[in-house]
Amino acid sequence: MLQINGLFKEYKTGEGVVTAIQDLNLTVQKGEFVCLVGPSGCGKSTLLNIVADLDTPSKGETIKEKKCGLMFQDPTLFPWLKVKDNVAFGLKMTGMDKEEINKKVDYYLDLVRLKEFKNAYPHELSGGMKQRIALIRMLIMEPEILLMDEPFGSLDAQTREDLYAILQNIWLKNKKTVLFVTHNVREAVCLGDRVVVMTARPGKIKKEFIITLPRPRELSDMEVIKMSNIIKEELRNEIQQVIKETEHYEKKII
Amino acid sequence: MKRKLFDFLNFFILFTVLTAVWWFLYLLKIWPSWVLPSPWSVFAKIFSGLADFSLVSGMFISLGRVIFGFSLSFIFGTLIGFLISKNIWLKTYFKPLILGLQTLPSICWLPLALLWFGLNEKAIIFVVIMGTVLSVTISVESAIANISSNYIKAGLILGANKINLYKYIIFPAILPSYINAARQGWSFAWRSLMSGEMLFITVGLGQLLMFGRELNDMSQVMAVMIVIIIVGAFFDQAIFAGIEKRIRLKWGLTNR
Ligand SMILES: Nc1ncnc2c1ncn2[C@@H]1O[C@H](COP(=O)(O)OP(=O)(O)OP(=O)(O)O)[C@@H](O)[C@H]1O
Ligand SMILES: [Mg+2]
Repeated sequence: MLQINGLFKEYKTGEGVVTAIQDLNLTVQKGEFVCLVGPSGCGKSTLLNIVADLDTPSKGETIKEKKCGLMFQDPTLFPWLKVKDNVAFGLKMTGMDKEEINKKVDYYLDLVRLKEFKNAYPHELSGGMKQRIALIRMLIMEPEILLMDEPFGSLDAQTREDLYAILQNIWLKNKKTVLFVTHNVREAVCLGDRVVVMTARPGKIKKEFIITLPRPRELSDMEVIKMSNIIKEELRNEIQQVIKETEHYEKKII
Repeated sequence: MKRKLFDFLNFFILFTVLTAVWWFLYLLKIWPSWVLPSPWSVFAKIFSGLADFSLVSGMFISLGRVIFGFSLSFIFGTLIGFLISKNIWLKTYFKPLILGLQTLPSICWLPLALLWFGLNEKAIIFVVIMGTVLSVTISVESAIANISSNYIKAGLILGANKINLYKYIIFPAILPSYINAARQGWSFAWRSLMSGEMLFITVGLGQLLMFGRELNDMSQVMAVMIVIIIVGAFFDQAIFAGIEKRIRLKWGLTNR
């Protein structure tokens, strides 16, 4: 379980204090897949960084059971390491036995069908391949909580669908707790048990929607499209910004 | 292999053309030969210098000094660079001082070195170090400051502790800039050494250059200058450029 209580985050900048997050409360149940939607600059990345202990809140607290895995907005693979060593990085830090690490790395590379590229360097991979490696670099640590920051933001429709399928399969298999950030309501409906909408800066939670559609879902499922239209309709007057962005985004990915 | 041959041919053509132009200017007799000697007399000087070992021993003595001074500078420059990047106090007060000192031409340290150490080897090495260490320090510090914070974050989230962060993230991340810092440091060290060697009696290339001047022997002056350039450039190209290129290829920063 992941609990965020009364979270504030302020940044001191040249022009004064910027409030990125204002009084944010959110609970993600164990094994729940929560999607966080919000306009650009509302503090989504900031929130994930705080939850992952990479940044400190100005006020408030986060309570979680175990270490988190975080997938960044960009792949941020280490360019000086081969693909297999990128994937193995976290396990090496734990001092695990080499044989065992190799076995796991092979298993996860197989999962995203990139075994032939284990000896390649990151710059030899396409954008989608890099994201797949970033995904398993996080998963191989077997974290209880997955934090994902628009991981598929820059990918084409085909690659996205592929990754949605992989992600849902993994999640259905071992029911991790997931907090998934996106710009896009439809993506959120496709993946989440619950869609949480944030307001523009300073970010706080505006509305929540429970999604009960059967899994695995696809972006092009009628039900998914219907549900995301309902949500957008409900939000229309309240958060113009999110709607505008998400529509722009959908044009790009369809 | 083909590429190497091609590079060599290019170099050979360039060399031939430059020599031809030089010879042509010489033949025009615009300047007397003690201002512009013929290329052949200069090449002859190089060969005779190599044959009687005066150039060879000068070269080895200078190389010994530069390698020693450069290695010390590189080690200390790296250490100071890392320290400054870690400590906010050093960063605010010490870094501006270093940047200021770096504007001082290294030869300006010579009077101080002579008073401190006397007319000896230590003074020369001191000048080389002062000419090199600050440039290495500054490059290392700025390389660390410019690491993408995402690499650090990725390292932390994957469970790297402080030591591992330096070993597996920070050090590899600055490696391309670090090699470049070494390369730059090398050229600073070589230049500082030459200016240092010219000013007092020290067997070495700088000294041979100065002898040429005292004997009014322009061929000797140009011969030694050419050797200085070749030695400096050889190390820059053969060692540093090679390593740099390998790393850039591996990282995908260049294509060829
Ligand atoms: N280090 C910082 N210093 C000052 N301001 C910052 C800093 N980091 C973020 N901010 C500000 O905080 C706000 C939230 O930033 P954040 O990156 O969390 O947005 P986001 O919701 O992830 O946006 P996007 O969807 O575009 O990625 C922004 O307005 C940004 O200007
Ligand atoms: Mg963001």
